[in-house]
Amino acid sequence: MNWKAFLAMLARDAHVARRNFVALLFQTFLQPLMFVFIFGRVMVGSGYMPASYKSLLLPGIMAICMVGTGIWAVAMPLIAEFQFTREIEDRLLAPMEISWLAIEKVVAGTLQALAAGFMVIPAAWLLLRPGVDLNVPHPILFAVVALLVALFSATGGLALGCSMQQTHIGLMFSLIVAPMIFFGCTYYPWSALDKFPMLQKAVLVNPLVYASEGLRATMIPQFPHLPLVAVVIGLVFFNALLLAVGLRNFHGKSVS
Amino acid sequence: MCRQAEGNFGMVAGIRTRDLRKVYTSAPPVAAGTGGFSFGAPKAKGKQPKPEIVALDGISLEILPGEIFCLLGPNGAGKSTTVGVLTTRVRPTSGQAFIGEHDVWKEQVAVKRLIGVVAQRPNLDFSLTAREILAFHGAYFGLSSHERAKRAEVLLQRFKLTDRADQMVRGFSGGMMQRLSIARAMMHDPQVLFLDEPSAGLDPQTRLLLWEIVREYNQSGKTILLTTHNMEEADALCKRLAIIDHGRVIALGTPQELKASVPGGFLLRLRFGRHSPDLLQRLQGLAGVREVRATDGDGTDLYADRSGSLVAEVANLASAAGVELCDVHISEPSLENLFLHHTGRSLRE
Repeated sequence: MNWKAFLAMLARDAHVARRNFVALLFQTFLQPLMFVFIFGRVMVGSGYMPASYKSLLLPGIMAICMVGTGIWAVAMPLIAEFQFTREIEDRLLAPMEISWLAIEKVVAGTLQALAAGFMVIPAAWLLLRPGVDLNVPHPILFAVVALLVALFSATGGLALGCSMQQTHIGLMFSLIVAPMIFFGCTYYPWSALDKFPMLQKAVLVNPLVYASEGLRATMIPQFPHLPLVAVVIGLVFFNALLLAVGLRNFHGKSVS
Repeated sequence: MCRQAEGNFGMVAGIRTRDLRKVYTSAPPVAAGTGGFSFGAPKAKGKQPKPEIVALDGISLEILPGEIFCLLGPNGAGKSTTVGVLTTRVRPTSGQAFIGEHDVWKEQVAVKRLIGVVAQRPNLDFSLTAREILAFHGAYFGLSSHERAKRAEVLLQRFKLTDRADQMVRGFSGGMMQRLSIARAMMHDPQVLFLDEPSAGLDPQTRLLLWEIVREYNQSGKTILLTTHNMEEADALCKRLAIIDHGRVIALGTPQELKASVPGGFLLRLRFGRHSPDLLQRLQGLAGVREVRATDGDGTDLYADRSGSLVAEVANLASAAGVELCDVHISEPSLENLFLHHTGRSLRE
């Protein structure tokens, strides 16, 4: 393993992210924060939503921001760089096994997703307050779940980025990312699906459910949530699956 | 990093391939650069047999350390696929390839330390400026930041890119991108440099600069493998070359040897005022003429083992036959003639 090359590639990704920082900021936070404002502030303030919705919403929004950031940060560059311009070629020719380049992408995506997650908490809290009842009794557990969520976003980005053509980016968002968010227990807790037992079981194939419920379990444990063990098993399973699929497809795209 | 030091200062590496075959079962990717195939072809579905495209059909080559070697052939001949296999980017269906002592497929990292690659189409990192592209490339190969900055500056100057060094490459012209691609490939001072159609799209002036740089790099003891469909380039640059077509080597040797192998040697391209079969018959009878071939219109190609001294005799015969000789062009035995001789097609087709 050539750490120098690996770190140089991380530095390259950090450099590009820094250059696009303002655009990234708007892209990541604008839509979720508008959602926070309308549903958490306006609709709760006008009485259409219960006051407790503010607290339920925040971990879900954090999950959306993290997953959106990770997928965007990993999948979009990969899709573009493997296309016509073959921009990735130079890094594939660096003296390092090519799987490590895929892993570098996952690390870069994970770091960006974590940054997005931790930046959205104060922003959303400022928009929602007063009445947000955040309560993190086990910071280490919270950190572990946040890390698993960030990893899920980056491995998901790798798997998607290595399976999609540039012409299918629109479809990727409308057929995969959007349904994942709406059926991912982001805007509502999993227990809210009690009255829809079929749907409640079906959404368990959606990894985002474990992400948002995991953040709920560690940020607002006073509300009903999936058991933490189930969350960790779910996230670890999906992370491993997506990483394996991503690495396989990355190889397929890299070598003809 | 000690292995890299070994790579840079140790013995110069050569290139060897043994019976390389590559069969694509789907359209070759853009990277393979096999311009002869259309890309984006739909994949075979269901029980239909997958279409098989034989890109390499048993290529065996031995390129010596410190040599400039050229693969010459028309588009789709398998040049880029050969480069792809030698640079770890294409998995051979069978056969072996070595850079120095390293098996390309089995020891990819060791091989990647030894090689620099200029792809057929510029594949620059569009998120970076020209200087950053060179600097990050150096970083991938473990160069210190001081060394990176120094080498980048030298290369930017050498390739006349200094005034655009800190601009994003997205707005660069094709020629500038190509120059930067070559500079990048040299950034880590590789022992073996692959140049896939390096002068395609370059203006004549830049092409000459490129040739000069390639020769200079070779004089520092490096091995260079160059692909081209341009005979002049092969002739001007290479010590030895292989002519390939349909994934096979059809001729191999120095440009002089190959040209000498063309029957007759010289080619006189003649143009007469009108077509006269009788005159062609007579031309065939001249001493030293090996072959007379009518071309399109009033042209005639005359293959012979002498050149200038034939012109007067041709002119005499023409005037005796009452045909005006409008134009004579004498060409030395050329690689184009050799390719024509082997395949019946022109390299330019």
